[in-house]
Order: sequence, then C-alpha cells, then structure tokens
Amino acid sequence: MLNTILPILIFAALALAAVGAGRRVRLWRQGRPSPVPLLKGLAALPRRYLVDLHHVVARDKVMSNTHVATAGGFVAAAVLMILVHGLGLANPVLGALLLAASACMFVGSLFVARRRRDPPARLSRGPWMRLPKSLMAFSLGVFLITLPTVGILPPDAGSWILALVLAAVVVWGLAEMVVGMTWGGPMKHAFAGALHLAFHRRPERFSSKAGGEGRSTGLKALDLENEATPLGVETPSDFTWNQLLGFDACVQCGRCEAVCPAFAAGQPLNPKKLIQDMVVGLAGGSDAGYAGSPYPGKPVGEHHGNPHGPIVARQGTALVDAETLWSCTTCRACVEECPMMIEHVDAIVDMRRHLTLEHGNTPGKGAEVLDNLIATDNPGGFDPGSRLHWAADLNLPRMADLGQVDVLLWLGDGAFDMRNQRTLRALVKVLRAAEVDFAVLGDEERDSGDVARRLGDEATFQSLARRNIATLSRYRFQRIVTCDPHSFHVLGNEYSELGGHYAVQHHSTFIAELYDAGRLAFSPWKGGSVTYHDPCYLGRYNGEYEAPRRVLEALGIQVAEMERSGFRSRCCGGGGGAPIIDIPGERRIPDMRMNDVKETGAELVAVGCPQCTAMLEGVVDASAEVRDIAELVADALVARPAAAAPRRSADKTTAEEVI
Amino acid sequence: MRPEQQGVEVAVLVSVGRHPITGRARRADQDARGLELALGLGHQLPGSRVSLLHAGVLDEASEASLRGYLGMGLETLTLLEQTEGADAIPALAEHLAAAPPQLVITGARAERGEGSGLLPYALAERLGWPLVSGLAAVETVENGVATLLQALPRGQRRRLKVRLPAILTVDAAAPAPRQSAFGPARRAELEVTPVAAEPDRELAQWRLAPARKRPKRLKIVKAASARDRFKAAAAKAEGGSGQVLEGVSAEQGAEAIYKLLKEEGVLPR
Repeated sequence: MLNTILPILIFAALALAAVGAGRRVRLWRQGRPSPVPLLKGLAALPRRYLVDLHHVVARDKVMSNTHVATAGGFVAAAVLMILVHGLGLANPVLGALLLAASACMFVGSLFVARRRRDPPARLSRGPWMRLPKSLMAFSLGVFLITLPTVGILPPDAGSWILALVLAAVVVWGLAEMVVGMTWGGPMKHAFAGALHLAFHRRPERFSSKAGGEGRSTGLKALDLENEATPLGVETPSDFTWNQLLGFDACVQCGRCEAVCPAFAAGQPLNPKKLIQDMVVGLAGGSDAGYAGSPYPGKPVGEHHGNPHGPIVARQGTALVDAETLWSCTTCRACVEECPMMIEHVDAIVDMRRHLTLEHGNTPGKGAEVLDNLIATDNPGGFDPGSRLHWAADLNLPRMADLGQVDVLLWLGDGAFDMRNQRTLRALVKVLRAAEVDFAVLGDEERDSGDVARRLGDEATFQSLARRNIATLSRYRFQRIVTCDPHSFHVLGNEYSELGGHYAVQHHSTFIAELYDAGRLAFSPWKGGSVTYHDPCYLGRYNGEYEAPRRVLEALGIQVAEMERSGFRSRCCGGGGGAPIIDIPGERRIPDMRMNDVKETGAELVAVGCPQCTAMLEGVVDASAEVRDIAELVADALVARPAAAAPRRSADKTTAEEVI
Repeated sequence: MRPEQQGVEVAVLVSVGRHPITGRARRADQDARGLELALGLGHQLPGSRVSLLHAGVLDEASEASLRGYLGMGLETLTLLEQTEGADAIPALAEHLAAAPPQLVITGARAERGEGSGLLPYALAERLGWPLVSGLAAVETVENGVATLLQALPRGQRRRLKVRLPAILTVDAAAPAPRQSAFGPARRAELEVTPVAAEPDRELAQWRLAPARKRPKRLKIVKAASARDRFKAAAAKAEGGSGQVLEGVSAEQGAEAIYKLLKEEGVLPR
C-alpha cells in the first residue's frame, strides 16, 4: 500500500512547495529592482555556502557539526527519496544510501533536540521548538519506509495500521521539511537562505577561489541626481528585492542579539527582532507571532505593518519605532556573526536615511550636528580655519605648499578635540622620528562625512565627499595615513563609489611598517599589563586586527586579550552617531566595555580611534588608563642605532620639540 | 459662549541668511524661528495656511538657503525676483497689500545686507498695520484679534491683544526651528514672480565694511562673597541715571539723545 501512497505524497508535497515558492518569490519581488547575475550567483552558491557560510557557522563547533549532519543528511535523503520512493527506483544500493542519509539526519536531529531542551535566551522559541521533532519524523519515517526497499523487512511487513501510522509520520516530515520550506516555517531559512547567498546584494563580500577573504563594508550610495530614487526606505517595498530575500533567510539563531552592544545596554534594539519585523512587513501582519527576545522595554504584539505601509510612523506606532533604528552604533557585530550573511547595518542606515532626508527628524543633537556639517564642514560647528590651531607650534608641512609627498596625514575631526590633539601630536612626533615625508591638508580638510552618512544624511555626506575628493585630486601622494578609523573607512571604502580611489592606512599599520623597516626604535616597556580594544571601524570594517598588536609587541607589550576581541570586539558605543543621538538604555555601552577591560586585570587599554578614546575615557571610576597606540609609541621612542640613522641628533631634537 | 477659533492666513517673510562663522548662505535663524512659529500655529488652529515670501535675487546660493525653509515642510515659496541692490520693501508691501494675510511673521533682522531690522517697521508703516516685536507665542486668534505673548528680557512675558492684520517679528526667544529635510526641500517649488526693481538709492551710497566689535561697558562688581557675586550677575541692570522724557518736542528729544551719546563717548565730543 505504501508503494502507491508514497509517490503521491512526495509529488504532492513537491507541487505544494513549488506553489509556495512562487508565492514567496512574489513577496520578495515587491522590493525595488536590484540587478544581480542570476546564473553566476547560482553557480557561486555552493562555494558561498560551503566556505563562507560554513566559516561563520563553524565558530560554534557543536552546532556546526549538528548542522552538517542534519542538513547534509536531509538534502541527500530528500534527493534519494524522490528517486527511490517517488520514481520507484527501488535499487538496493540507492536504498542503502537513503538509509545512511536518513540515519545521519536522525543523529543530527538528536543534537538539535538536545539544544532545544534548555535553549539559550538568544534562540527563538515558538515554531522552532517543534523543529527537532519534525526532523526526527522525517528522518525516522524515511528510514522505516526504506527498510523494505533494501530487503531488511519484507514488503508487506506489519499491518495496514502500521502502514497508515508510518504514512502519517512521513506526511508530517514532508509537511515541515518540504512544504514548510516555502510556505513559511522554520525550514524557510533553507530555501530563502540558499537564494539569498546566490543573489546577495554584496557579492564581493564572499571569498574567492583565487584567495582574498572578501570584504564589503562600505555603505551603498544613494543616487541623488535622479529625483525618482527614493531617499532611503519608507516602506518594506522600498528595500531592494534581494534585501527582502535576505531578511526572509533569517534562522533566528540570535547570534546577532548576543553580540549587539545596544541590546546588551538595554536600548530598544535587537537585530534579530528587527529582521523579523522586516519579514512581518514584507508579508503583512503584526509581530505577535515573534517568539524571541523583544526590543528591551518594548512588548511584542503592539506593532504591525504591511509591504506598502510605513515602517516608522510619523505619529503613533507602525512596524518599528524610530528609537530602535537610532540605537544602532553601526558596529557590524551582528553582520559579522550572522551565519545567513544578512546585512543589518545597511537596512538600518537605509531606514535612517528616510527619517533624516524625508521626515527631517534626526533625534538628539543629530539635527544640530548636521547643520554644523553643512555650514562649517565639521560636526562641532568650529571655525574651519581653526583646524590646525592645535599644531600652531609644530610647523606642519601643508599639502598646499608641497603639492607632492609620500604620506598625506588625514587629521579627522579629532583635530578640534583636545584629547585627540594629544594623539595627533604623538603621531606627528613618530612620523618625524621616522623621517617620513608627510604633509597635512590643514584648513582644506573637511569632515569625511562619516557621521552625516550614518545619521542618514546622504546629501551632506556626498557634498562633503565630493569636495574632499576635489581637494585631494589637486595633490599627489602615495597613501593617506590617519589615526581615525572612521575616516579610514570612509576614505578607503566609501569614496570609491563617488570617484575617489585612495590607498588608506591606519596609523597602527603604518607604524608597524615603519618599525619593520627599522625606521623606529623603542625603549623597553616598563608599564603594567595592557589590553587592546579593537575599534569596529578598523577591525570588522577593514580587517585590521594584526598591525596594532604587532606595534604593541614591538613596544615589548604582551597584550592581555579581552574575551571579546578581534572580530568579536565589543563596540565602545561611539559609532554611527550613537553618542549624538543618545537613546537612553539601562546601562552605558562604554561602561560595559571598560568592565571587559577590568576583567583582564589590565592597567592600561590601548586604543586606535578617537571615538573609542572619548567613549572609554568618559567612563567613571575606570580601572584602566586609555592611551592611543600613537601615544604609547611616541613615549617609547628612542634614537635609532647610529648606522640606521645618520642624522640622529637632529632627529632627536625635533622629536623632543614636538611634544 | 466660546468664540469659534478659525484658521488664519499667515505669511512668513524669509531672507537668505549668513552663517556667523563661515559666512555661508543658509536659512536665517530668526526667519526660520518665525516659520516654526507659523507652522506651530497651523497645527494649533486647523485650517490655517502658511505661505512663504521672499524678495531678492535668485541664484544658486540663495536658492539653496530658501529651500532650507521649504525643507521644514512647505510645498511652495513665492519669490519676488529682483535685481541685486533693489529695495525689497516696496515689492513686499505691494504683494502683501494685494492679498493681505492676517498675520505676517518675520525675523527681527536679516543676517546680511543692512541688517538694520527696519524692514518690518517700514512695512508696517506702509501698510498701516500694527507691529509687535519679540514674539514668543501666538495664543489665540478670535474674531480678528490675536492674543500674543511678547518676550521681554530675563524670561518675562507680556500678553498683548492686537487687531489683525498685523506684523509680528521674532528673535531668539521664539521656538527653535525644526530640522530642514532634504527631500521636501528638493521637491518644493519656487514660484518666481519678477517684480519691478526699485533700486535702493540710499543703500547704493553706503560704504559697507565688516563690523568691528563694539566697546562694551565693563560691569565692575565689588563683591566679597559668592552670594553677592551671584546677585550682581543675576540682578537687573540698574539704569539709575536713566531719564524719561515726556511731552517734549522731537527737537528736545533729539537734543537729549545727542547729549547722552556725547557723554557716553559714542560721538566725538
């Protein structure tokens, strides 16, 4: 009897899944067009899945193995099942393989069940709690119906009641695993996720066979020339279709939630919930069905949306509250952790763009900062002619006088900040000690546009960027060195779309190079233990984890690493305009970071970013001092051995004069 | 019986501003506050209509700053296009007289040009309308009479009733303007009407130079304790030697002012 029912069941399930797929695709196609190479994307899918996605999943070894067993077993079992039971190819070899595949999947599902017994808070519950049972139903059902195929059991074993029960189990398995894949259910992640990998909006973020880890972190520019382009995202259908597809791929594993600094601080943001809200928006409905951690302080079930309705209401509530979007520090920890390669930060900035450019509603000091950027080219509203006042005694070489140098030193807006001026002075001392041929733009420099862009003011960003690019195009230099990772990121990764292509280096990278070339010599480190805080815009945005550690090592410092360091570094709270907006939470993000520092027992935390310095130094009763790498290097400078530095005595006096 | 509050027609006169540090053209702060007040009034009295009016040159810099006002949420701005150096007062007066709004709101003084702050007074004189300076809020508008709050120094407020139409000027006491949004500013329209240019002959004869910092009378406080210093800092300026002239002729008044200016060293002795 099963022999007649099974093909019907299997093909009915496949047909239903195909209908569901069509409906799901229609939902995604509500988004704006975004051209992607379809065939090339599909061809790249296996590599993106097996290499890039697995690279992220494998950070959790147990879960990674569980997923390999379950998903690998399922894919093999499903294909073989269609051949053996669907098309009736009752070949004993295929049957044996099918038994092996379903057994493998069953073992995997046992581990899934174990994780679901007492799930961590970051995991969503709801329908996800039934997934291990569904996995078992499918694997066990397929295993049992295959036993007669390979001749282990006679074809007519058991009564018709047993056959019916078995058929019911198989129906359950098929419903969850095949039909549910496209009709919405936990398995939706497999269907949407595979297509999301193939049609990702940032194909360049994936590694390639030729080598290169693949990184794509710059925000995409708005086309302001074309007045028909929406200014950011107002409704879910204003996202591009592949962004919507990406949201739909979310597996609700909550890795983003676990690393989000705003969530940890009790600010009303949870990246996982945000992505789920976008899914609610794309399908239409309320967020009442969401079964994970809510936005801190915001109960679930009060928000609703539809594909063509506003995401943020001008008055009252819609899908998401504005303060949720403004809580983000754009630290990219969520994107770094997401096994489905979802781009949370892109989505948040897209929605912020609408709030700023259309609503004119940048909260906190945002509007004031943007007005200052427009009127004075710096966020503080300082006289642009006073950008070099801190260096009045340093006699800094100007680009305007030289026209051509090796290194253009980009000062950043830290030039107006008295704390950062100490870092800049230290950096100048180091550059002079190493006899670097450098110059500064001086008053010709403007804000890079980082804050404006992350506050959603794309117009001001592009205005600043275009004027900076025009200034830079007048001069010749090998590379730009800056002690501000935000400027580094914007100049290096975001100006290229507007026509500015530069080799940009963080000062730590440059100092490491100078040291390796024997152009700097340091006295041995005499201080206490030191830890290093990775700035988000240096590490996750630009992949520079090594150089700062290399410099600290050269100084004779052994870094006592924090638990969250490197690509998992916790944000200082200073990015994305978050300190300007200042959404209240239960804790402060920099306080949590200084606690991380305290746990290492370090007496000093080395940083490489003016924002991090300001945020971490603002912590009351901190257990550690905050020093920029440039300051540590400048303090340790000694004259190079005579052979390497013929003009040693002259150098030394210059270096002393600087500080 | 509570009289019906109706919507009012408000015209906001706006100028091209000048940033105090960089000198870049921008929406002028006081005019933007005037518009903010008008928009708030539109919210408070449903059915009100707010229109924007500017008389001046149309070029890239002025358009960008005028769009700064439009980005606060208006769809059009009426621009009475004039040549450089033309007098804005006759053009504005003519336009306002042709279709009189109930309220005209504007900043107390412009950020560029003469910046004398006389434009609202000249308009009021030509139109024969009352003028209230230092407006803080419009409380109600009933039966052609508006109840206003006028800002006085040290946070004091004075309630005034004024018959409409009237000209109101705002200074830094008015509510801070909302953010100007790029999208609405870009989409909004400038309705350009060329007007007959009446050259400002007076201004043409002036010699313009950057302002110098004015001498400021030092207030010497001889206080022994912190409390005294605080009292001195917070106390009202006491004129003491002030003099109220009543029932004197214009010549006598001018003579008194002239004498004072000489005494203070403003005019050469």
